[in-house]
Amino acid sequence: MRDVAVIGVGLTKFGELWDKSFRQLIAEAGAKAILDSGIEGKDIDEMYVGSMSSGRFVGQEHVGALVADASGFSNVHIPSTRVEGACASSGMAVRQGYLSISSGASDVVVVGGMEKMNDVSGASATGTLATAADQEWEAFFGATFPGLYAMIATRHMYEYGTTKEQLAQVAVKNHANGALNPYAQYQREINLEQALNATPVAYPLGLLDCSPVTDGAASIVLCEAVRAKKYIDNPIKIIGSGQGSDTLALHGRRDICTLDASVHAAKKAYEQSHKKPADIDVAEVHDCFTIAEICAIEDLGFVKKGEGGKAIDNKITTRDGSLPVNTSGGLKAKGHPVGATGVAQIIEIVLQLQGRAEKRQIKDARIGLAHNVGGSGATSTVHIMEAM
Amino acid sequence: MENVGIISYGASIPRWRIKVENIASIWGKDGKTISKGLGIIEKSVPSRDQDTATISVEAARAALKRTNINPQDIGAIYIGSESHPYAVKPTGTIVGEAIGATPDLMVADYEFACKAGTAAIQTCTALVKAEMIKYGLAVGADTSQAAPGDALEYSASAGGAAFIIGKDKVIANINHTCSFTTDTPDFWRRAERKYPSHGGRFTGAPAYFKHVSNCANNIMKISGTKPEDYTYAIFHQPNGKFPISVAKKLGFTYDQIKQGLLVPYIGNTYSGASMIGLASVLDVAKPDDRIFLTSYGSGAGSDSFDITVTEKINELHRENAPLVSQMVEDKEYIDYGMYTKVTELLYWE
Amino acid sequence: MGVARFWREIPQRYNILANECGSCNRVFFPPKESCPDCRRKSMGKMKEVKLSGKGEVITYTIIHVGQEGFEEQVPYAIAIIKLEEGPQITAQIVDCELDEVKIGMKVESTFRKIKQDGSTGAIYYGYKFIKRN
Repeated sequence: MRDVAVIGVGLTKFGELWDKSFRQLIAEAGAKAILDSGIEGKDIDEMYVGSMSSGRFVGQEHVGALVADASGFSNVHIPSTRVEGACASSGMAVRQGYLSISSGASDVVVVGGMEKMNDVSGASATGTLATAADQEWEAFFGATFPGLYAMIATRHMYEYGTTKEQLAQVAVKNHANGALNPYAQYQREINLEQALNATPVAYPLGLLDCSPVTDGAASIVLCEAVRAKKYIDNPIKIIGSGQGSDTLALHGRRDICTLDASVHAAKKAYEQSHKKPADIDVAEVHDCFTIAEICAIEDLGFVKKGEGGKAIDNKITTRDGSLPVNTSGGLKAKGHPVGATGVAQIIEIVLQLQGRAEKRQIKDARIGLAHNVGGSGATSTVHIMEAM
Repeated sequence: MENVGIISYGASIPRWRIKVENIASIWGKDGKTISKGLGIIEKSVPSRDQDTATISVEAARAALKRTNINPQDIGAIYIGSESHPYAVKPTGTIVGEAIGATPDLMVADYEFACKAGTAAIQTCTALVKAEMIKYGLAVGADTSQAAPGDALEYSASAGGAAFIIGKDKVIANINHTCSFTTDTPDFWRRAERKYPSHGGRFTGAPAYFKHVSNCANNIMKISGTKPEDYTYAIFHQPNGKFPISVAKKLGFTYDQIKQGLLVPYIGNTYSGASMIGLASVLDVAKPDDRIFLTSYGSGAGSDSFDITVTEKINELHRENAPLVSQMVEDKEYIDYGMYTKVTELLYWE
Repeated sequence: MGVARFWREIPQRYNILANECGSCNRVFFPPKESCPDCRRKSMGKMKEVKLSGKGEVITYTIIHVGQEGFEEQVPYAIAIIKLEEGPQITAQIVDCELDEVKIGMKVESTFRKIKQDGSTGAIYYGYKFIKRN
């Protein structure tokens, strides 16, 4: 198995992008990544594309081919594959790109993720997001997607004493980070009062506990690690790649408060990379809802099960803490164009490890982790990266 | 008829209530006077997730909980209502699946204003007597609608009761039944219309009173009985005055009709009305009690029954399902605003 | 939802019809084609079993922004209920005050209208849960 490195990154601004279509978004992100990487178009062997529901958002399926086409590569007929796993779609796409190079099948792969969510009504977007849940046994009976995470929160509060304040602090921290990210949807801070008093969505979660509806696209270029420095001076090696699955419905899980898919993906990534949670300098975790970040830092082994809330209280995960989490602003402040999130998380880690994170830069970040989840935890990918 | 009768029974009454005074105040009327005049204090209101099918299922399941018959032995189901959820697609099949009685089953939905349920009892009784089925399930249930501001708005309510009819383990023998039917347009609803129309005072003497009285006298003639032979008497109850009035005219006392008179507390449950009245009586009946029941359905007709309770009623596990009195007391009040939302008075797209 | 898709699940939706592994007796709802623990040992050995509908709330939420078809019921309670036979199920809790819904609350199933396909489509019935005494 060959080592794989990230040699280029590119992303659009995340937000309500009325002027940009689905095709324009992906073309923009792709072009930026390719320019950033120093490769030429003819070097690209293959593409992987993550999109959760282009069908329901823009009425378009078959987007693997569309992305290659919109990016200008249809004349060279490169293979282009769409990968779908709800909100983990592009984390999974990254893994597929990684495996393609690692196995020797390809040398240079472009991985993109995108979602154009604002061309449909808010209610319709919410309904589409709910297709990440179990349609027959959760959504049919009235559960909403935030409702599922809210049930995780209720149980976490019951078992571990986690509080609404701790949940709110996750949102406050992520907005403080997002305020420093020029690509983020929300570049303004919020305070605890605002987070606690936000409109109720699904008890105990309010509007500011929930990531927004966002348009955006993100793209990275991968190549075989030994040849990475041919293209750029500061490639970032993917030293661990893990993926896990679990029951689609939350009610089928072994433990409501643990995403075993994340635990499994993390375990594989740590084993492969020979790293432990304590080795991680900076992490992007899947905070689709504030409770998800609390569970994530537990599932990824950064703190013990049940101590996620305490970690937030002790400010371990702020930019000044011992393990900065979601310096990009997370899904909450950066935005969550569903299919783009996985790649966008990887991009933030790459920027951090390359020293290109500007005002968000964590000093001496050498090893980083990106964690992407689909649905209420039925799919998870974990990638660990290291500066070369 | 020997030993064909009720094997078990159950009822279902939605929890929400709205007071007559509350409704009256919206229309600028004196609620106290109206409430007194109608003999109704409050009526039941179904929540948005309740309809005739769900009420019928709950009532049928209650009946099954009280006894131990195999639902597969139910050979026929007839649901009587004027608010079947579909204009075309039977409620009876939904109930049949929900109680595990399908597929070897005769099913049809009945309609005859407020007496569709008692018509179902008559049919089940005949099928059992003819030995064509082992058990039959007769249900009367409604989530009745009334036009806003109309007199019926104070009384049209929701509820239902189910009776399993059979030959073995009979708790209440249906000794005799008869009907009195004429074409009398006192109350009707045209197809495609949302609310019923009625003939005002015409619904009294030529309609309710004529059919109930004639049928009542006929059943007593057939049975060789007089009012004083009965422990309980149940009449259809469109309001709290008609049943008291007709009872008096026929020679029944208020004490005889009290147990089966629910309309002051839950309104007129239409096809459920006399059926819930009967369920309420069976909740407290003892062996050898004799029960008189006369229903009424606009259009018009009455079904009468002469029933004798057997010792087997003591073997019935009445405690396995809520009693009518318990369901009447298990209530939550709503106001007129909530009422318009749940009864679809508001226009939804 | 196409009517066939609803109709297929009627035994589960109306009667909480589950199945049981013939090898280890674990109960599954909704029914599974084979037992994830026993795998091939359970193939062809899964037995139908109707559940009692009795259970206990293990977590819940109060939904303020409703699922499609439930918008007019907000706020409403959704819970994960552990049924006494073992499986866990997601359903609405009705007929009580929202603040009565608690972890540990004892509940039992009831038959209600879940939603309908507009004013011309089919009506979908199924289970909801109420307080159990």
